[in-house]
Amino acid sequence: MLKRVHFGPSWLPYALVLPQVAITIVFFLWPAGQSIYQSFLIQDPFGLSTEFVFLENYEMLFDDELYYDTFGRTFFFSIFVASFSLGIALLLAAMADNVIKGSVTYRTMLIWPYAVAPAIAGALWVFMFDPTLGVITHFLDKFDWDWNHKLNGGEAMALVIMAATWKQISYNFLFFLAAMQSIPKSLIEAAAIDGASPSRRFWSIIFPLITPTTFFLLVVNLVYAFFETFGIIHVVTGGGPAKSTEILVYKAYNDGFIGLDLGSSAAQSTILMAMVVIITVIQFRFIERRVDYQ
Amino acid sequence: MIESRPLATMISHAILLLGVAIIAFPVWITFVAATHDAVRVTQVPFPLLPSDQLLVNLKATLFATQDSSLDLPIGLMMLNSLVMALTIALGKISISLLSAFAIVYFRFPFRMFFFWMIFITLMLPVEVRILPTYEVVARLNMLNSYWGLTIPLIASATATFLFRQTFLTIPDELLEAARMDGAGPMRFFFDILLPMSRTSIAALFVILFIFGWNQYLWPLLITTDESMYTIVMGIKNLLETAEGDPQWHIIMTTALLAMLPPILIVLLMQKLFVTGLIEAEK
Repeated sequence: MLKRVHFGPSWLPYALVLPQVAITIVFFLWPAGQSIYQSFLIQDPFGLSTEFVFLENYEMLFDDELYYDTFGRTFFFSIFVASFSLGIALLLAAMADNVIKGSVTYRTMLIWPYAVAPAIAGALWVFMFDPTLGVITHFLDKFDWDWNHKLNGGEAMALVIMAATWKQISYNFLFFLAAMQSIPKSLIEAAAIDGASPSRRFWSIIFPLITPTTFFLLVVNLVYAFFETFGIIHVVTGGGPAKSTEILVYKAYNDGFIGLDLGSSAAQSTILMAMVVIITVIQFRFIERRVDYQ
Repeated sequence: MIESRPLATMISHAILLLGVAIIAFPVWITFVAATHDAVRVTQVPFPLLPSDQLLVNLKATLFATQDSSLDLPIGLMMLNSLVMALTIALGKISISLLSAFAIVYFRFPFRMFFFWMIFITLMLPVEVRILPTYEVVARLNMLNSYWGLTIPLIASATATFLFRQTFLTIPDELLEAARMDGAGPMRFFFDILLPMSRTSIAALFVILFIFGWNQYLWPLLITTDESMYTIVMGIKNLLETAEGDPQWHIIMTTALLAMLPPILIVLLMQKLFVTGLIEAEK
């Protein structure tokens, strides 16, 4: 952690950490504390009266069936996004690892959606699936499928899952390919000499060896689906129709900024923070283990 | 591939090409929409080949000429996005370099306390603390300003960790030699540490620029004044006003312009981007 050779105590290190610590306190710790404090209050929308209610906001949330629905919807959405984007990326990475020529070219052609903002990705998919003039809607029409995600909740969910998956494939692909290419070629050659077919080599050697990467990506993908897909949902469906695509982050935003139910929104934010803490702890325990193996 | 299996290789290429085609399709459609005029874009079936209106649409979008019915030129929003992305990237890099330097090279009381305080920000993405952070920014009178857009996003545990790791790989002998030659801490920082961390800084810049450019929720809350809009959040307003009379050719030209700078950076600096991304997550 600390260098064996280092500088002694003086005022200088405090000055060096000051900018980051100041920003952390003002924009991270203070708001997070505020969020916890507000979750114990009930405030009217105009801020005229405030009442300390302790855990009532949480009790109301956990008594509310709609909140459980949102939980279920968030997990449904996240599991689909994570498994689709991991599965497709794994397939593409295995293929790119397989070809002798062109794996860098394929990488170039597959990684750029990472750079597309979630909100812009949403706009692209909304345009393709526009109920009246979308190019894919028109195609589906030929099979008598009358696509309209503005009315049909299931189709709205499918659309946000597709847009979120599309954006995440490149990130997963990059990590899978890097992990596969770091496996010593001699291992694969030895298996080939023993007569193992390419698919056998993949499932008995490559796949087990990249497990750490897969677990890491699973965590990253779940966090992505939980939090970073806000832009996609906001642009594509606005949480609708009839809340069918409203995930936890969206509900916290909607209740706070649109519904002005500050106490409930703060309680939801606190629950989300607790979830991030749990995910981060799991991730760090896992990273520790990965270091041990090396 | 170890042995020669022409069929397997062909199947691999076929699957990869299919993957590339599916990944590229939404962007192709966007590009095609940006090259047609308002009338053709709204006719079904949608054209699959580009036409010749790209320059006209670009001009209408960037400078908000009369036929685009935009309140605000998209060029101005791109400028805001650029300022925001550069400030966030450079700001994060500077404050993280300094704090990582302090934590790795100095022994001082509360060192671990500061380290953990920075570490904890890793667990608080802006999405989970939007409302209270918004209130703090409002209280500090930073709404509708570049400061409000950038500073709350500048603190970053990831960058501090990355620099900490880079510094730990730098041999101790360098510091011993520098001290023997009479260099003070800041001299050591500027003359030895910074040049030796060049690659990490450049790689991180690519990732942070994309992070800054792609911000959506934060600018959406902080800016109510149109002159502060960024292009990524601007797309939502375009879609909303489009409910009645969709200007799809303008919306898709805007989407194209919003994607272009980060995609160019990823493609041009691919090697740095790949190392940066994989290092940053370790």
